[in-house]
Amino acid sequence: MSLEPIPWADAIHALFKEHRIALVSVVPDAGHQRLIELCQADPAIRTVTLTTEEEGVALAAGAYLGGIRSALLIQSSGVGNCINMLSLPRVCHLPFFTIVTMRGEWGEFNPWQVPMGGSTPAVLEASGVTVFRADVAGDVGPTVEGALQLAWQSRRRVAVLLSQRLLGAKRFAAAPR
Amino acid sequence: MTAIDRRDAVRRLLLDRGDLIVVTGLGASTYDVAACGDSPLDFPLWGAMGGAAMVGLGVAIAQPSRRVLVVTGDGEMLMGIGSFATIAVERPPNLRIVVLDNERFGETGNQPTHTASGTDLAGVARACGIADVRTITAPDDLDRLRADLHGGSGPLVAVIKIAAEPEPKALPPRDGPYLAHRIRSALLGSAGALDD
Repeated sequence: MSLEPIPWADAIHALFKEHRIALVSVVPDAGHQRLIELCQADPAIRTVTLTTEEEGVALAAGAYLGGIRSALLIQSSGVGNCINMLSLPRVCHLPFFTIVTMRGEWGEFNPWQVPMGGSTPAVLEASGVTVFRADVAGDVGPTVEGALQLAWQSRRRVAVLLSQRLLGAKRFAAAPR
Repeated sequence: MTAIDRRDAVRRLLLDRGDLIVVTGLGASTYDVAACGDSPLDFPLWGAMGGAAMVGLGVAIAQPSRRVLVVTGDGEMLMGIGSFATIAVERPPNLRIVVLDNERFGETGNQPTHTASGTDLAGVARACGIADVRTITAPDDLDRLRADLHGGSGPLVAVIKIAAEPEPKALPPRDGPYLAHRIRSALLGSAGALDD
């Protein structure tokens, strides 16, 4: 494993174990790197890399129909890709759980990330997904725990947004002047 | 060469299906499977276009001791074309995908799909890394395909070139919670279906 422990990411992995998450599907994001590595190294979790985020919504539905719990790890730019596929868990009343790392907000370098970052919460809510947000490291564990509980025990569609300030803005080398 | 009739093809593939799980993609494939009779092990998609193969992968991962067959159309598969790459990487031994390819968007007025202009879905699946990929153009090849859907080790993708004539609609249930609870009960038992 290439990354040092990150307490909030390690806490999410521990919660996945506690809540019997057996399948994690991902379109990678730098903010999810540590959690993805923990899941990949865990023999009790199958980690599936997707070509596009909506694949993960359909995969999660199938997994639940077959009797296992799953989580989808994506970044905010991928939320827009999921809109129509979210009708599947919504119309069938299936639980669905995703953790979305935010781009396009605090400290963003790339203006192309800003539009989808800004519309992410509204898009999720309009698609019937309950949205929680963690802005500081200490909030991540309790937020994810409550969200997992809501998703599985009350069979809801739930997203946890991890703020860009928590993750740290991506650093690009300054362009030569 | 006799063009393959879609309904006849699906009927032959599902003959004596046993405990085969069947996920169908939005459109006529759903009606073709419904025309064989409604089963609690069917999960017909009435929307979520492009999602059939991935729903099938999810069920296949969750139920490794059972076989899962996805029956979908060329338009639905084109919309989820990246699923071929994801499935190739995951190599689910219990997943089979049948694409009924009439080269048309049948539900919306028979507009030609990309396969009418040469896009080869079997070639795409093969290039994504799925080892067992077939294109079926003759009815005589359906019996061999049926044997491999019910036996052998996958993943397998079969593109069946079918006649473009539409068939009468045969409608399976479309209430989502009912369909979800029904297949979960069939797979997990009535108590298991209520577990979270």
